[in-house]
Amino acid sequence: MADTLTKTDPGAVAAPTKSAPDTAAAPAPTPIPTVIADQVDIVYRVHGAATSGRGAATAALGRILRRRKGGDDGAERGVRTVHAVRNVSFTAYRGEAIGLIGTNGSGKSTLLKAVAGLLPVERGHIYTDGQPSLLGVNAALMNDLTGERNVHLGGLAMGMSREQVRERYEEIVDFSGINDKGDFISLPMRTYSSGMAARLRFSIGSAKDHDVLLIDEALATGDRSFQKRSEARIRELRARAGTVFLVSHNNKSIRDTCDRVLWLERGELRMDGPTAEVMREYERFTAR
Amino acid sequence: MSQLLDKPPTATAAPSGPPAPSPADLAARHGLTVSGARPTLPAYVRQLWDRRHFITAFATAKLTAQYSQAKLGQLWQIMTPLLNAAVYYFIFGVLMNTKHGVPDYVPFLVTGVFVFTFTQQSVMAGTRAVSGSLGLVRALHFPRASLPLSYCLQQLQQLLFSLCALVVILLAFGVPPTVSWLLAIPALALQFTFNAGLALVMARLGSQTPDVAQLMPFVLRTWMYVSGVMWSIDTVLRDHHLPHAVTVLLEANPAAVYIDLMRFALIDSFHASQLPAHVWAWAAGWALLAGVGGFIYFWKAEETYGRG
Repeated sequence: MADTLTKTDPGAVAAPTKSAPDTAAAPAPTPIPTVIADQVDIVYRVHGAATSGRGAATAALGRILRRRKGGDDGAERGVRTVHAVRNVSFTAYRGEAIGLIGTNGSGKSTLLKAVAGLLPVERGHIYTDGQPSLLGVNAALMNDLTGERNVHLGGLAMGMSREQVRERYEEIVDFSGINDKGDFISLPMRTYSSGMAARLRFSIGSAKDHDVLLIDEALATGDRSFQKRSEARIRELRARAGTVFLVSHNNKSIRDTCDRVLWLERGELRMDGPTAEVMREYERFTAR
Repeated sequence: MSQLLDKPPTATAAPSGPPAPSPADLAARHGLTVSGARPTLPAYVRQLWDRRHFITAFATAKLTAQYSQAKLGQLWQIMTPLLNAAVYYFIFGVLMNTKHGVPDYVPFLVTGVFVFTFTQQSVMAGTRAVSGSLGLVRALHFPRASLPLSYCLQQLQQLLFSLCALVVILLAFGVPPTVSWLLAIPALALQFTFNAGLALVMARLGSQTPDVAQLMPFVLRTWMYVSGVMWSIDTVLRDHHLPHAVTVLLEANPAAVYIDLMRFALIDSFHASQLPAHVWAWAAGWALLAGVGGFIYFWKAEETYGRG
């Protein structure tokens, strides 16, 4: 990926347009923040995971009785709390592609969900410009329906209008490459191979313009050529939209797409900086 | 990009450089809003209206997906209610030969079954609407009321297929088509509003306590037996002397109201005299109460769905 446009000078704001590299010699204009996380803590509550008598009927009954009496303040028994994200603060600006890295269970996806407004924060605040959206329409799609109907359904689920879906339809199908090997788009999605389905999902999910786009491990799908295409698509989205967040365990795709990286470890923000720097530290950390 | 933290943020997580504004100030200055906050009621209604195509597409998709694996495919949409009616006809019409003093007993019974099933299934689907679609709720942003409404719409579509079957049955049993059949439309509209409101209430309850879904079948079956699906409330009230409170409860029962309205509209031997007093007022009142109340109740917890 020699032609990446993403590796701009870490001292400057990435160019808002796709073509022109950042040539501004003068200090960059005030960057416009799109996502501000202010000392965010996220805590999961897991019901029915009591340390004793897991799943036992009597324990469940006891839980219900206790719950009826007391309010459900986190102290109730039978509820375990998982402190997934601790005191994380950052400000993301328009035009940035930010990678989120960290070992498994470090809170990356949780933080992403909170930015999307899908999980509540325990403490702190997350301010966003418009409604950040998770790239992923998987849940809205139905395996028993044809690819064609899923494109419509997924588009509508993401909040596109019927006209927008109709306009983008060809583009979505072409990008997914579903029809490269015959007319597969008119077959139910359950007949697709997992790679084909993943490609269609990515195509649908990335069809909409997002102010803030959150991508959770989406680049690992499909074959080599599709991975390249999706990386190009993400750069495009980033140029067109505002800010892209990418969670990935693939260090290469982080390097290829992101110019800034947040490194989470055990829910804490361990490092925040230009990709090369953070990745170097991260690789040293994971090599141990 | 100039405010990078090159070291792990310790207690001094404040940005470097000149006196920086607090995150809240910065957010306010650039018009950023808190992620995932509940919109106001008018804004919520507007959002929901913007998603109307999603609601209908989701309902149709669910309905179509239902029989997509079957060999006969969408033919089952009409076969299922016909077979249902055949079973009721066999048991009540042939085996037991029950009449309960009702003329046109089979149309009477089948109408009751279909209309009650509409409410029953809407409530059941509503109970699972949010708790059963957590993947969707946790992945995408949309007014959550779309889900229970969409499920109710699916049930309405299902009922329309059942009504086609019902027309066949009515004609087969010699019930003549009349202008009064048109009354089915307002009756259905009111019942749909009522169902949607109830589904919204159940969706919120079901999302907070998933156990409700296990309990509902029993509640709904009890409700069916007291709603005069298989017997005529009017006849029973005439024959027995029941306490006034019981009479009022039986007659005001929304399921009974909507069933009787549909019977009155479709079956010519079901006369207006068999309808409880002020039946249209009851029907409209229930629809209004459930519709508006259910919507507001559901909206009140909008930001909590799919969490924790």
